[in-house]
Amino acid sequence: MDHPLNLTVDGQEHTLAVDPRTTLLDALRDRLGVMSPKKGCDHGQCGACTVLVDGRRLNSCLALALSHDAAAVTTSDGLATDGELSPLHRAFLEQDAFQCGYCTPGQVCSAAGMLQEAADDAPSVVTEDLEAPVDLTDEEIRERMSGNLCRCGAYVNIVAAVSQAAEESR
Amino acid sequence: MNPFDYIRTTDTADAVAVLTERPDAVFLAGGTNLVDHLKLGVTEPGLVVDINGLDLTDIEVLDDSGLRIGAMVRNSDAAADMRVRRDYPMLSRALLSGASGQLRNAASMGGNLLQRTRCVYFQDTSTPCNKREPGSGCSAIGGYTRYHAILGASQDCVATHPSDMAVALAALDATVVVLGPHGERRIPVDELHRLPGEQPERDTILEHGELITALELPPPRAGRSTYRKIRDRASYAFALVSVAATVDVDDSGPKPVIREAAIALGGVAHKPWRARAAEAVLRGAEPNEKTFLQAADAELAAAEPLEGNRFKVQMARGAITTVLTELTGGPESKLDDTTEDAHE
Amino acid sequence: MSDLLATSAIGTRQVRLDGPDKVRGRATYAYEHPVDDPLYLCPLLAMIARGRAATIDTSAAEAADGVVHVLTHENAPALQSTDDAELAILRSPEIGFRGQYLGAVIATTPEQARHAADLITVSYVQEDHDVELREDHPASRPPESGGGDVTVGDVDSALAEAAVSIDQRYSTPMEHNNPMEPHTTIARWDRGELTLWTSTQGVHPTRSTLAPILGLEPDQLRIVSPHVGGGFGSKGVPHADMMLAALAAKAVPGRPVKYAVTRQQMFSITGYRAPTLQHIRLGARADGTITAFAFDAVSMSSQTKEFPEEATKPARMMYAGDNRRLTQRVVPLDVPVPSWMRAPGEAPGMVGIEIAMDELAVASGIDPIELRVRNDPENDPDTGLPFNQRRLVDCLREGAERFGWDERSSQPRTRRDNGWLIGMGVASATYPAGRQPGSVARIRRTSDGYEVAIAAADLGTGTWTALTQVAADSLDVPIEQVELQIGDTDLPNATVAGGSTGLASWSAAVLAAAETFRREHGTDPASGAQSQGEAQANPAAEKFALHSFGAHFAEVRIHAATGEIRVNRMFGMFSAGRIVNPRTARSQFIGGMTMGLGMALHEKGELDPRFGHVVNHDLAEYHVPVNADVAEIEAAWLDEEDPQAGPLGARGIGEIGIVGAAAALANAAYNATGVRVRDLPLFGDAFLPR
Repeated sequence: MDHPLNLTVDGQEHTLAVDPRTTLLDALRDRLGVMSPKKGCDHGQCGACTVLVDGRRLNSCLALALSHDAAAVTTSDGLATDGELSPLHRAFLEQDAFQCGYCTPGQVCSAAGMLQEAADDAPSVVTEDLEAPVDLTDEEIRERMSGNLCRCGAYVNIVAAVSQAAEESR
Repeated sequence: MNPFDYIRTTDTADAVAVLTERPDAVFLAGGTNLVDHLKLGVTEPGLVVDINGLDLTDIEVLDDSGLRIGAMVRNSDAAADMRVRRDYPMLSRALLSGASGQLRNAASMGGNLLQRTRCVYFQDTSTPCNKREPGSGCSAIGGYTRYHAILGASQDCVATHPSDMAVALAALDATVVVLGPHGERRIPVDELHRLPGEQPERDTILEHGELITALELPPPRAGRSTYRKIRDRASYAFALVSVAATVDVDDSGPKPVIREAAIALGGVAHKPWRARAAEAVLRGAEPNEKTFLQAADAELAAAEPLEGNRFKVQMARGAITTVLTELTGGPESKLDDTTEDAHE
Repeated sequence: MSDLLATSAIGTRQVRLDGPDKVRGRATYAYEHPVDDPLYLCPLLAMIARGRAATIDTSAAEAADGVVHVLTHENAPALQSTDDAELAILRSPEIGFRGQYLGAVIATTPEQARHAADLITVSYVQEDHDVELREDHPASRPPESGGGDVTVGDVDSALAEAAVSIDQRYSTPMEHNNPMEPHTTIARWDRGELTLWTSTQGVHPTRSTLAPILGLEPDQLRIVSPHVGGGFGSKGVPHADMMLAALAAKAVPGRPVKYAVTRQQMFSITGYRAPTLQHIRLGARADGTITAFAFDAVSMSSQTKEFPEEATKPARMMYAGDNRRLTQRVVPLDVPVPSWMRAPGEAPGMVGIEIAMDELAVASGIDPIELRVRNDPENDPDTGLPFNQRRLVDCLREGAERFGWDERSSQPRTRRDNGWLIGMGVASATYPAGRQPGSVARIRRTSDGYEVAIAAADLGTGTWTALTQVAADSLDVPIEQVELQIGDTDLPNATVAGGSTGLASWSAAVLAAAETFRREHGTDPASGAQSQGEAQANPAAEKFALHSFGAHFAEVRIHAATGEIRVNRMFGMFSAGRIVNPRTARSQFIGGMTMGLGMALHEKGELDPRFGHVVNHDLAEYHVPVNADVAEIEAAWLDEEDPQAGPLGARGIGEIGIVGAAAALANAAYNATGVRVRDLPLFGDAFLPR
């Protein structure tokens, strides 16, 4: 039996009815035609489906859509304001932080969420001193971005892009 | 994926009551494991009870100065909590060793404890598996066993528990608070998970309908602690072997002596493996390489590796001794030199 | 053909033109083309490796909610040709490998399709299967296609007389392309015509393959693929998934059918790199000069369709040696059909060869770079032709300088840091510089510029950008005046993006079209003026052995007590002719090297011989590198242009980055630990104290 679902996606409100089996990712792509988040593995193993849900990065493929009723979802497309690329987007462009582009919207959302986590001084497993403020070194960025696979192998450029965006926002 | 019904609840007693009535119902917390299994057909519930609205999201200091962490606290939030970082760094590191930033944002503390094995045959409904389908046989035995158990396995199951967090909790002597149809009970984490024996389908001693509501950590221990994870990739991979250890050294005498030690191993057994034999060797001993090797060997003497994971015995030995060396501030490990000849 | 194109846009670090859409997620990949009222497909897969499906009971599936049609061999539409057994699916109940398609459910939602597929019951008649590759397998035979064996001189005598020799066996495992975008198709039949919105490295080659099988004239099949989410060869030829979508759509005319192959299904449906067994024997004089080079390789193939993973291919031209013997065999087994994966032949072959060279360097006490320099042949040992530009030695020397090779100790186990053993390694890289004839470009003057149409592909390779740069310089206009169109069979023919031939081949067409356009319409053409041109074969290919070269340098650390292996840094120095876009080219080199890191350290399909399928068939268990695995990777290239490559002066760079990278890492691991690993990948197990 379908259940009602309210979602705000990139600022736009949607009301729909979904099968309980529908994941957030499938609701976005198959029901709402929001194609920015990608399906790479459908099992939380690649990060291509990463979106921001109420500001936090999540794998939308492992979330049942109904679990996120009334949530505000932001995709990489939604990080652009009035059609203008965000500084993070521009950093990805300038550093050539992608090749095929399929993992990219997930990388961008993950980076956006991660930068906030770092700004909130959340540690990572490579943080030497768990009680100290976070210093976003390349090693930190690499670890924090490891939930997003890039088979084209753009990792070194992704790190450069995220680092650039972090610098600019400082 | 079978069709299922879905309800959401904001009341713990209600959640337990619904499950008690419906043998085919399951709790949905972070979903990172359950939704995966729904897609794979590993789990086929008739009803999914969404408990994300339960008010179990507090982290609070207990009267004994221990810490109580609500079951619905997200892994990333627990890892980032300053009290956890300061007083239980081993737990913070274990949490941060698991999965990815995105997954930790979703995964709950209770759900992390109850995640199921990553055995490839368990996850593949086209192959026999006693854990998924009791009596069908164990495909891992004689198959691909890189991530499988070397301790405490049975003829029926050689799976490992995949959680990093649970390994740290076992070493910390944490307690799980459980609400069931007959009220609340407290279970030491070390007793929550089972060895497979003849009932590998049961991961834990929990009964259907029981809900983990919180984790309780005893007061912070003296000494140093850490969590070290050995894995094939540098990140975003399950443990081949992991070590959670806390060591307290008494430096007051002429020679340093290990006052207290607690060690748990991950990636080696059907449950977080509390290394009590190793701890017994360490307690009262001088912290040096010989002691650490003795401790590791005492624990690993019982290892019964499979053809595909024989290396894990030596890997665990190396991991234990490396961690103990680090925690006791010893010099760089010279273990390699003792075995140099073997390479030539 | 020595007249090199004057460049203005070429050689500049142009930012990707498709980039703004891609970073936001607005570029349209196959699954994402807007279609009305789609249906969703879920396949039924064989759960045995050999035998047949005696009965397939679809009644419960057909009765399930939302199901529109269930397809099996009993009701599948007819095919015009069944010659290609990989593509001629659903013809019979016979099963050639586990994971083979037995049917499909088409339903209104993806959830319904998936559930209904679970409701189908199949009873099997199982036969004994064989999926185990071994050197002495009785079914071993020479491949039907390929270069053939090589016998020059007397290898056995030369080995017996050699001052230094090595005789070792190497192996590479089953590896899976795993592009991030799964193979995906939307298929729609409309009044006898089929449209496939799909993910392919070549729309025209795919049409040429599929149309005759489906009984269609070329103009009855349109294939659209403007953006491709990676391929690395797996989307170079159509696989069975496209056929399944096409057949399913035929059963529901007018309705688009969407099929995204799941990650798990990709391990058995969309091709993989076949495992190889390599027996290499090298004999040399005391000064390191190779006198005997013997390479006997065996690779896994499929009973369904042959694909030879020709590990011996690079051995033909890589090093000198008076006495040579190369043999290549395949063993057809009851396994999925192998296919192209980045640098087929070269990538696995250069693992064995370049580790063997390292072993020879150790055995002869010669620096591994110097050993390669001493064995650098004047002419191609295979054909006797001169090389276009064989600058391997320059790459080795320049690379060594930039990498800091002089910091390396030739003695293993001498560098350590806080429990970690550190080592450095080197390996050569090579890849043929091919160019295919037959691509056609059409140039049309518009009101504000030039429309350049050619059905090329961009799978992350940078075609949208680099080919625009080439077109701009061909027409001698700024790139802003060029509007490139690619990825649609409605556009003129283009050859496949494969074998590192894409940009060179398509550019030849664009150059020809521009020349014709200027000849016919001058420099101030009227709007609507139009010309086209076709790429010809490279005449230099008859006179020269055309190859690119490179050198990989790697530093790894291995934990002495736990065996963990991590990569500190990698550096690649390449000779690839003119570089069209340094920004995207660097990314492509680095990307190849990163995949080489995966090949070295992580990747292995675990084929369970009892069941016949790869059991670690997802991205949690089949490890590709993650960000944290890649600390420091840099690539650089010699500043050069290659007149033998044609007027563009550029050679392809899609594959050379992976060739040799794994061997450099394996050699670094030896230098760190003294442990020689000859079987990829380099799991930490090998380095544990024993």
